[in-house]
Amino acid sequence: MLDAVFKALADPSRRKLLDELHANNGQTLSQLCELLDMTRQAVTKHLVVLEDANLVATVWRGREKLHFLNPVPLHEIYERWIVKYERDRLQALSDLKKGLEENQN
Amino acid sequence: MEKSTFVYVTYIRTTPEKLWAKLTETEIPREFFFATVLHAEWKVGGKWHSTAPDGTLVDGGEVLEIDPPKRLVLRWHHEMRPEHKAEGNSRATYELEQKEGMVKLTVIHEMDRGQSKFIAAVSNGWPTILSSLKSLLETGEALEDTRTW
Repeated sequence: MLDAVFKALADPSRRKLLDELHANNGQTLSQLCELLDMTRQAVTKHLVVLEDANLVATVWRGREKLHFLNPVPLHEIYERWIVKYERDRLQALSDLKKGLEENQN
Repeated sequence: MEKSTFVYVTYIRTTPEKLWAKLTETEIPREFFFATVLHAEWKVGGKWHSTAPDGTLVDGGEVLEIDPPKRLVLRWHHEMRPEHKAEGNSRATYELEQKEGMVKLTVIHEMDRGQSKFIAAVSNGWPTILSSLKSLLETGEALEDTRTW
């Protein structure tokens, strides 16, 4: 599952789509097409890749299919690849920053 | 009407029945939900609420739809933080769908108002809760972050 997520994230247009959904969640294909300088077919293809990777979830509202950013896989990457390797170091940096800021006051 | 909506989807290697049991488990601290305890009467119109380990009321509401082990819709009213409580009712929908040995869990949390601060706030909580629920069902252990309040 994470393979699909990393592959989906490897393309700048797909990252742009995720950023657009982050800014304004729940958009239709037409709305997303207006934001990207590419054909409707190309946007559809990118959305399929994002949906297969579970980075985008779709919900039907009447006759409209809305696209939502699904933050769950990104959170799993965070748990698997960031927390595991970086927590102690980030904590140390954060403590250092706090300590230095407190000394200044 | 203006709406604020967040959608979360996770695939969990389990059965709909086991996942449903976890989602509706009452009266014991939930390891995947910051040790909060759920109290509920599982029928349409039944009331539910959740409490922090010190007894503080966190969220509450009413069962709007229930169809085990497939669909649960809750009216959801936050009770703790004043700025979120002031926004009033939201709605949470859980959908469970069996897919090739996995269950696709969709959680939709929405409010009938634009730019809801509460919906923005839960958007940080749900991914953690759902990752932890997935870990709990697949490995028997919830994530560290969600085991305590």
